[in-house]
Amino acid sequence: MDKHVLLIEDEPNIIEAIRFILSRDGWRVECHSDGQSAMEAVRKKMPHVVILDVMLPNRSGYDILSDMRADGATKDLPVLMLTARGQTKDREMAERLGVSKFMTKPFSNAEVLKTMRELVDA
Amino acid sequence: MPSQVLTGGRIRERRTALGMKQADLARAVGISAPYLNLIEHNKRKIGGKLLIELARALRVDMTTLTEGAGASVLAGLRDAASTFAEQDAELARIDDFVARFPGWAAVLAESKTRLDRLERSVETLTDRLTHDPMLSTSLHDVLSTVTAIRSTASILVEPEDIDPNWQKRFQANIYEDAIRLAESTQSLVAHLDDMESPDASANNPQEEMDAFLKRHDYHFNDLEHGRVAPEEIVAGDSTKISDAARGLILRHLRRYISDAVLVPLADVRTAIAEVGLNPSVLAQRFGVAAPVILRRIASLPAEIIGADVGLVIADASGALTFRRVATGFPVPLFGAGCPLWPLYQAVSRPMIPITADIEIASRSKHRFLAYAFANLRHDEGFDGPHSVESTMLILPESLVPLTSSTPQTVGITCRICPRNDCAARREGSILSET
Repeated sequence: MDKHVLLIEDEPNIIEAIRFILSRDGWRVECHSDGQSAMEAVRKKMPHVVILDVMLPNRSGYDILSDMRADGATKDLPVLMLTARGQTKDREMAERLGVSKFMTKPFSNAEVLKTMRELVDA
Repeated sequence: MPSQVLTGGRIRERRTALGMKQADLARAVGISAPYLNLIEHNKRKIGGKLLIELARALRVDMTTLTEGAGASVLAGLRDAASTFAEQDAELARIDDFVARFPGWAAVLAESKTRLDRLERSVETLTDRLTHDPMLSTSLHDVLSTVTAIRSTASILVEPEDIDPNWQKRFQANIYEDAIRLAESTQSLVAHLDDMESPDASANNPQEEMDAFLKRHDYHFNDLEHGRVAPEEIVAGDSTKISDAARGLILRHLRRYISDAVLVPLADVRTAIAEVGLNPSVLAQRFGVAAPVILRRIASLPAEIIGADVGLVIADASGALTFRRVATGFPVPLFGAGCPLWPLYQAVSRPMIPITADIEIASRSKHRFLAYAFANLRHDEGFDGPHSVESTMLILPESLVPLTSSTPQTVGITCRICPRNDCAARREGSILSET
């Protein structure tokens, strides 16, 4: 199966590293860096998994996740949320909005790979 | 046993116990030393705001001054008993406790006071940590950069072969991120330093003035042409300004006007176009003292200067009384800056102009040309004490040619300076071990 992930993140070097490890693991990786147009990108690409950063330019990851869950076409897409804020309330907020997995920066490559495999196999 | 000493005597006792001079306490509360002397000898009644100020300056409860330590201890113990009500303290025997164990009673009351103070500090700091957007952004920057470094480094240390082009690319990314991390950490530490004191809110008068001047880009076109008075500019500002900050701003704007009269905008524009941004030459051309031209350059509009310049002014104690921050040359909000700054060297060599090619001790290696000059002021005439004011203009290398191959390395402030071997260091750096 051609595993397809949309990485919504604005840090170029994080994008590069994640793109590398996922590509090597057989994923087709597409990237998007702007919060405002992220929802449109999700609808257009319809990946198997979305990796979503919380702090993005112009729009937060929470808003994008909320839109995804409200949209019939994207409501069931697995979302791995990345955040630099590991506070309980941030995790609760993400869970309330329907996140599939939540990962706090700095994370390891092994964690990302493991979580992505779990999401696509689920 | 009730104390027979009156309030004035208690003030004197407390002041001497703290090793404080009468003049220092008087200055701290805004009264003259002779008047404080009268108060201390119970020749003047005291109460209200002044008593509150004195208690604050002497770091005691007001009741300690008015009713003696016994009353203050009793109040403290009652407060502790009500806070820890579940302990069911024997309030009916509180007088007996204080009389039999005055030392322990004082320790308990003081502990409660300190606990309250610490709780307030924790609350304030927690509030700032939660709501401070600058802190949130800085932490996010640091963590994101650490994440990028960790992920990239993990790829590079894996036993699997990586294409040499990717390898080079990842090495470059790590280098880039390491620089970014150093900068964002410095910025974060500087910010944490700023918020270290719970009382040092963003609204202290100095910060209010800094924010006001920044909102106006340090330039007031209407003042240049005498179209408005300083008071009108302050009144027209959209932000609420405290009385204390208003005083500082008006003093700054009045000096701005006198500088602008001596060095008119149109003339300085022409002069800079002809001779460049050279403070020495410009001061001679306008026949003004060096500090006037240094301040004037820092008040010119961007269209004339063409880049971000910095200006700091300090008094003889080293306290910074004015800050205009140039990009790459942060200025601490609290405490003094780096002792190696030409600003401070000028204080020890008043009336002698100092020029120095400086480089900031950080990975970014920003370079600047600094012009410093300390002038003596005799505001109180021949008999009064003279004061020193030192001014330093900071010009980035994009504005001036820097020819020295060995610029002088300076820091921002010791606490966030990475130079461990600096002879001028006055305290350890929290970056020194990183």
